[in-house]
Amino acid sequence: MAVTASSTRDDAGLGPSSRQGRRSGPPPGPADRPPGNGGWNESARSTLAGYLFLSPWLVGFFGVTALPMLASLVLSFTNFSGSFSRMEWVGVENYRIMFTVDPAYWGSVRVTLLYVLISVPVMLVFALAVATLLNKGIRALGLYRTIFYIPSLLGGSVAIAVLWRFVWGESGLINGVLSVFGIDGRSWIGNPDTALITIMVLNVWTFGSPMIIFLAGLRQVPTELYEAAALDGAGRRARYWYITLPSISPVVLFNGILATIGGFQAFTQVYVVSGGTGGPAGSTLFYTLLLYQRAFTELRFGYASAMAWVLLVVIAAVTAAVFASGRFWVHYGDGEK
Amino acid sequence: MSTVVARRRPRRPVGHAAQRTLIHVGLVSAAFVMSYPLLWMGASAFRPSEEVLIEDSLWVSNPTLENFINGWTSVAQTSFGTFFANSLIISVLAVMGNVISCSLAAYAFARLPFRGRRVWFALMIGTIMLPYHVLLIPQYLLFNSLGWVDTFLPLVVPRFLATEAFFVFLLVQFFRLIPKDLAEAARIDGCGHARIFAQIMVPLAVPAMATTAAFSFIWSWNDFLNPLIYLTSQATYTVPIGLALFVDASGTSNYGGLFAMSLLSLLPVIGFFLAFQRLLLDGISTTGIK
Repeated sequence: MAVTASSTRDDAGLGPSSRQGRRSGPPPGPADRPPGNGGWNESARSTLAGYLFLSPWLVGFFGVTALPMLASLVLSFTNFSGSFSRMEWVGVENYRIMFTVDPAYWGSVRVTLLYVLISVPVMLVFALAVATLLNKGIRALGLYRTIFYIPSLLGGSVAIAVLWRFVWGESGLINGVLSVFGIDGRSWIGNPDTALITIMVLNVWTFGSPMIIFLAGLRQVPTELYEAAALDGAGRRARYWYITLPSISPVVLFNGILATIGGFQAFTQVYVVSGGTGGPAGSTLFYTLLLYQRAFTELRFGYASAMAWVLLVVIAAVTAAVFASGRFWVHYGDGEK
Repeated sequence: MSTVVARRRPRRPVGHAAQRTLIHVGLVSAAFVMSYPLLWMGASAFRPSEEVLIEDSLWVSNPTLENFINGWTSVAQTSFGTFFANSLIISVLAVMGNVISCSLAAYAFARLPFRGRRVWFALMIGTIMLPYHVLLIPQYLLFNSLGWVDTFLPLVVPRFLATEAFFVFLLVQFFRLIPKDLAEAARIDGCGHARIFAQIMVPLAVPAMATTAAFSFIWSWNDFLNPLIYLTSQATYTVPIGLALFVDASGTSNYGGLFAMSLLSLLPVIGFFLAFQRLLLDGISTTGIK
């Protein structure tokens, strides 16, 4: 009995080598390894192979990611401004200046938060609304998908930022449309009250990529659920609210986190639309743009590193908070929360 | 009773023809409004400069190709030919770097049961979330001390080190789907991991690698921040930097030239997208790449 059991286990494990005729007798090392190949056992070989395959990534991870990250933390406690010989340890001075002295700092925080808090939810609502319509089994789905997605593809480019300056300029497209209704618009980009809005609209304009993800999520919702609900007499709105939304809530979470992280890091459009200044009157001085100015025009690398670390901590905290909030509204299949 | 139930049951195409039409009307108008700025940009590229600001419609009454000629040489000393060549070199190298290094790493993560794999994998995923601005300054100091500023190296070398972890993740997901029996059979025949990777995994992973290639190209082509920091002399500028220079320096009224060059700068991206559309949209659905 015991023999039979062990021999079956052997057969299962040695499937490959038993076909080779088991010439080398009991293999070295764990029983399920094929024999031979220079005396290496399989586990050591695959570990070696693993690290060889991984070596470019390992070099990149340490050289271009992990160590620079640590370096930036260290720099944030110094007054480094380009020359190591004049670098001094200044403790938390950079952080103190940032939070209490720098006149532009809190303005940039405000602009960035407004941008994220307004444009991200609006973008996601658009994405979900259009995805819902596209999911109704309509014709020409592929064509619509392509048209709505193209802005996402181009939105980060300088060409579109340049275009935006014309669309929202004094004699731009928007004012052209408004003049039809007898409204005489000013330059939206030149006005501190509206400049940020134009950049928010640019972000909303790129709703195509979350839309594609929503569409994939909507297709996963089991049709039986809708059929059962319809039999119970649930109306269209109730079905959307009680079946569709809970079913795709993980996708909402995923999109929300991606768009939030991306929103905090918006740079190209802001830089080009405002000509690198964050104007007019600091109304589009995003956090990333201030960081860029402090580092690369004023060469205050220590200070800018401190800004970068605050950004990292805020993004991490916001991401964690959104994840944690998911406990209350994200449903993962089969009635589990 | 049964008719009521039947009427309420959701069908794939939404019930009434009227409602379907309404949805199409809504979608078409949304698509039109969204695309209008792009179409207008395309039309403006073929208009005489003085008409660009006046004409809001898409109709081009006096079509001209002059914008493409004077836009090409609009930036003093350097032509857009240089910018396009620079962008192309950087983007092609970035594609090669990402495809090679990311698929090597992804194969290891997906298929090689080496010690420490879980830890490295978690760290790799962590770097996807990392805001780039934390690395900006130390990377700049590093590349500066290596004498790489004002060369393409800071834009290209990291791509050969699989630093865009999104692609590693995408490829890991794909490699995991490839049946294990194939590699297993090859190993019995005495294939090493290098041959299994090159001769079995790579040919099967072509779709995921094409997605990686297309997104690498598009990201690298559109990249603005890195060239802005690293490329200091005009002869090394890429197209986005050239455009930004054009728009700042011009202040002029060569709007036609600006639009012509902007349009040209978008064409490779649109071309790549249309060529790889299916793969790209699937890539977005599964990993959330932009």
